[in-house]
Amino acid sequence: MQERIPILQMGMVLLVTIQVDMHDRLALQLQDDLTNKISESGAKGVLIDISSLEMVDSFIGRVLANISSMASVLDAKTVVVGMQPAVAITLVELGLSLNGVMTALNVMKGMKLLERE
Amino acid sequence: MPVINSEVLPVRREGDIVSVRQAVRKWAVEIKCSLVDQTKVVTAASELARNLLIYGGGGEVKLEKLQEGLRGGVRVTFEDQGPGIPDIQLALSDGYTSGSGMGLGLGGAKRLVNDFSIESEVGKGTRITITKWK
Repeated sequence: MQERIPILQMGMVLLVTIQVDMHDRLALQLQDDLTNKISESGAKGVLIDISSLEMVDSFIGRVLANISSMASVLDAKTVVVGMQPAVAITLVELGLSLNGVMTALNVMKGMKLLERE
Repeated sequence: MPVINSEVLPVRREGDIVSVRQAVRKWAVEIKCSLVDQTKVVTAASELARNLLIYGGGGEVKLEKLQEGLRGGVRVTFEDQGPGIPDIQLALSDGYTSGSGMGLGLGGAKRLVNDFSIESEVGKGTRITITKWK
C-alpha cells in the first residue's frame, strides 16, 4: 500500500500535518493529492503544519512553493505554519526564501490569516 | 586526523536519502552539535545524497566521526561513478542546474558546512566531502 499524508477538511480549509521524514515521492504525492482535493472540495484555504519537520531541503521547499502556486491557480490560499527556528535558519542559508509562500507561527495564527484573506 | 568511527550507506533509491539524513542526524547529536548545526549538516547531506542519486546514478555515502583535540566532527563523503561534473565552478554557483532542481544543492550545501571539497572527473565520477565541526 502506498504511504500517504492525510488531508483533513475543516469547512473551507484543508489541513495537512506533516509528521514523517518525507521522502521525495511522498512529498510529490502530497502535492498531487492536495491539488485534487482543492479542486474536488472547492476549499479556499490550505494550512500545512510543518512543526514536526526537522529539516526542509530544496526539494521539500520546492514542493511547498509548488503547492502554494497550484492552490493559488485553483483559487485557494496556502499558509505554511510552525516552521522550527533551526529549519528557518538553514533554509535561508541554503538560499531558499520560499517567496510567495504565506507563513504563520502556528496553526491558530495560520487560520486567522486564512479567514482574513 | 583521528577517525573514531565510520559507517558506509548505499544510496540506490529515494528511501536511502532519508536513511542518510537520519544517520547524519544521529552522529551530529553524538558529537553534541547545536540544533541549528545538526539541521544544517543534515540538510546539506540531504541535498548531496539526492544529487548522488539523480546525477551520479547512485553511489555510496561514508560517515566518519572525527576527533581533533577537544572538538568532534562529522565528515560525510559522497562518492559516485557517474558522468562527473565538467565545470565545478559553474556547478557550485547558485541558480545553476543541469537537471530539474532549483540549482541550490551544491552551492547551498557548501554554505551549510565548515569544510567542503569536491573532486570530479568527467566519465569517471564525483567525490564530495563535507565536514561539520562542533
